[in-house]
Amino acid sequence: MSLELFLFLVFAAVAAVSGILMITRSEVVMAALFLILNLASLAGLYLLLNAQFIAVVQVIVYAGAIMVLFLFVIMLLRPEHEKIVTKISGIRTFAFIIAALVFVQLAYVILKSHPGSALNSDVTASVNAGTVESIGTELYTNYILPFEAAGFLLLAATIGAVVLAKRKFE
Amino acid sequence: MHVPIEYFLVLSAFMFITGVAGVLTRRNAIVIFMSVELMLNSANLTLVTFSSYIGNPVGQLFVFFVMTVAAAEAAVGLAIIIALFRNKQTMNVDEINILKW
Repeated sequence: MSLELFLFLVFAAVAAVSGILMITRSEVVMAALFLILNLASLAGLYLLLNAQFIAVVQVIVYAGAIMVLFLFVIMLLRPEHEKIVTKISGIRTFAFIIAALVFVQLAYVILKSHPGSALNSDVTASVNAGTVESIGTELYTNYILPFEAAGFLLLAATIGAVVLAKRKFE
Repeated sequence: MHVPIEYFLVLSAFMFITGVAGVLTRRNAIVIFMSVELMLNSANLTLVTFSSYIGNPVGQLFVFFVMTVAAAEAAVGLAIIIALFRNKQTMNVDEINILKW
């Protein structure tokens, strides 16, 4: 077993298990912490895929900024523990059965279609694609308009968040 | 590339399904929100996987934009949850039914 495959298995196991733990914990803070673990292991997977820039952005933006915002709101509001046994637990089992069925379908399609055979994965091209240089070049030449639009979106979201969380409109 | 691309795709599908199950089964608004983030991240993993195996940076550029939208969504969504909590004193989505006719 190569080191790459070993690292993949470790990160994938951490990501999958922390995802499941996230949706089954009744304490909201624990769920948020498991989501942070999931996002951190995803950053490791991105490094394994030679996507250095995205891996760093994942840690800074997701695990750093977005999840801190989540934890901030959770601790601000102090939600009561959710009763994990709902009134209609039939819906819960139904949801898990549907989810398992869809997963089996997806896995079957992925493994059956075998997309790896159509790709001639070149490691040099992959490493070059993930650098800050190549992403920055694309971002500031061909994709400058979406980039500006993303800036406007963030401005609108900032104003919207401030207006929504304000106590009263005056 | 020693890891087959299928492994990454199956992991991504598994994470997406976990997020779907979270949205369907949980009743806490914040946990539902975090499950949506999980689904966004699984889509990101697929994009980065294909981008890396094909050797084209545009897929990773798209991940960058998805992260922007996720940040905006988290800010606005959490503000909405704060406003709801201030009015209804609950985060249970079964009790928040003011838009039901």
